[in-house]
Amino acid sequence: MIVPYGNVLLLAMLLFLLGAVCSISRRNLLMILIGVEIMLNAAGLAFVAASLKWRLLDGQAFVLFIFGVAASEVAVGLALIVYLQHRTGSVNADHYDSMKG
Amino acid sequence: MTLYAVIFYILAIVILASTLLAIIQRQVVHAVVYLIISFFATGLLFYLLGAPFLAVLEVIIYAGAIMVLFLFIVMTVRVESDEDTKTEIHQWLPAVVLAVISFFVGGVLIFEIPGSKMSLNTGMATPSAFGQFLFKSYWFPVEIASFLLLIGLVGALYLGRRESREESEDRR
Repeated sequence: MIVPYGNVLLLAMLLFLLGAVCSISRRNLLMILIGVEIMLNAAGLAFVAASLKWRLLDGQAFVLFIFGVAASEVAVGLALIVYLQHRTGSVNADHYDSMKG
Repeated sequence: MTLYAVIFYILAIVILASTLLAIIQRQVVHAVVYLIISFFATGLLFYLLGAPFLAVLEVIIYAGAIMVLFLFIVMTVRVESDEDTKTEIHQWLPAVVLAVISFFVGGVLIFEIPGSKMSLNTGMATPSAFGQFLFKSYWFPVEIASFLLLIGLVGALYLGRRESREESEDRR
């Protein structure tokens, strides 16, 4: 007996919302990517808890694929950030205004 | 309250506190170091919830590979910290309000689900059982994931190379 299933879901939701707040409100591109990582991690936590609740291994398999997606996303995202930094000299999302949007 | 529940709540507090500290840091390096603590605690929580293989992967991939990659990029990229505090609050406020609203709605939703108050029993999926299950039932998604990683590798390489070639053309 660990804890009720709802408590784990609540923790995962709080973690997801923290990541979302970080991703929405920061302007630094690196912090935006960090927020996305936190959100993916929270989704993995919910999957592991569901896998334990229903005694099925499918949830854990999905967490493995989430790890793969997170790793490739961060590799491409960081390469893009370095590329943009070389091009515009800034990693602030507000400075990318060449289209005057 | 069993010992497992105590461990769960301690880990939950550690995870939430370190993540909260991470997202309010001004310096990216401090945020990354706090996030390493958060991912370690999440790995321990995975172990508690019966996924030892994923716990090890969490430490290796998230706390190890991804965060170290972030640290390297933070070292190479020059981050200017000229964000003035007024617009900062202007940005934080709507995000926090929306998050609190969705937290309450989601909390009500979670505890309305039948079975959400049922206690989780301890269990453990051994790594060998997990691996056999993975390659029996999910061999095709594993191939797709490996392909995704290959494409990510090629994409990162391409972005890195094109930038350096343009730079050398600029020098000429």
